[in-house]
Amino acid sequence: MKNLDSVFAAYVIGWGVFFVFYLTIAKRTSNLRAELDRLKNSLPRAK
Amino acid sequence: MTKRIIFGGVAILLVIAAAYASFFIAPEERTMGLIQRIFYFHVASAWSGFTAFFLCFMGNLLYVWKRDQRYDWLAVSGAEVGLAFTTVVLITGPIWAHPVWGIWWTWDARLTSTFVLWLLYVSYLLLRTLIDEPDRRALLSSLFGIFAFLDVPLVFGAIRWWRTQHPQPVIMGGQGSGLDPTMKAVFFFSALAMHVFMLFLVAERYALEKMQTEADFLARELEAQ
Repeated sequence: MKNLDSVFAAYVIGWGVFFVFYLTIAKRTSNLRAELDRLKNSLPRAK
Repeated sequence: MTKRIIFGGVAILLVIAAAYASFFIAPEERTMGLIQRIFYFHVASAWSGFTAFFLCFMGNLLYVWKRDQRYDWLAVSGAEVGLAFTTVVLITGPIWAHPVWGIWWTWDARLTSTFVLWLLYVSYLLLRTLIDEPDRRALLSSLFGIFAFLDVPLVFGAIRWWRTQHPQPVIMGGQGSGLDPTMKAVFFFSALAMHVFMLFLVAERYALEKMQTEADFLARELEAQ
């Protein structure tokens, strides 16, 4: 099994990049959802 | 929400099936052996990245023409997702190259143009952070994005037009190139799976951008009161 470590590294690091990227989208979405709720709750009170 | 979960689930199942096919269905390449299996992940990621940049390019063109914010959302989503795929290409390429070439990197036309592509889209995203006004940000980044996309055909053609250290094309490479039929089937399946995964990420990123616009609008409303 020559070069198994390189193949393993390529797949793990590659999928790691996609996983971290997806996590950043999920985190930003979750923060933004909270911000939207806050803004929506503030609007009627401001009126 | 349910649609997004189903879309994500299908994308994950497809990439798992593609990884399985790359390791257990595709035959072992005679000279390179196991390390050649990176090809299915590396090239499929590269093609998906090109498609994501194409979506960005179309978004940029349509924004300049129609001045509709939705095209700008598509453009930034394509750029960010394309950048993630190109990052994977730039990481998996050297991991393949080191045991095969004996070096991690060389400044040949294919590798250099790919690195320039990565830098161009990093610049595209950086440019967007520097401009606050949404219409101005969308227009200027669209113009820059149209220019940045010019590098994509250059990356694609680099191994066809010039002699490079990077292997010559095995798909659409003309006479004398080609792949074993099983390898070709596994490759196209991997490319399909990565494209579905890429579209899932673009859809997620687009939803985020749409939500951001809504939040900006509400914040302005609140400020005006």
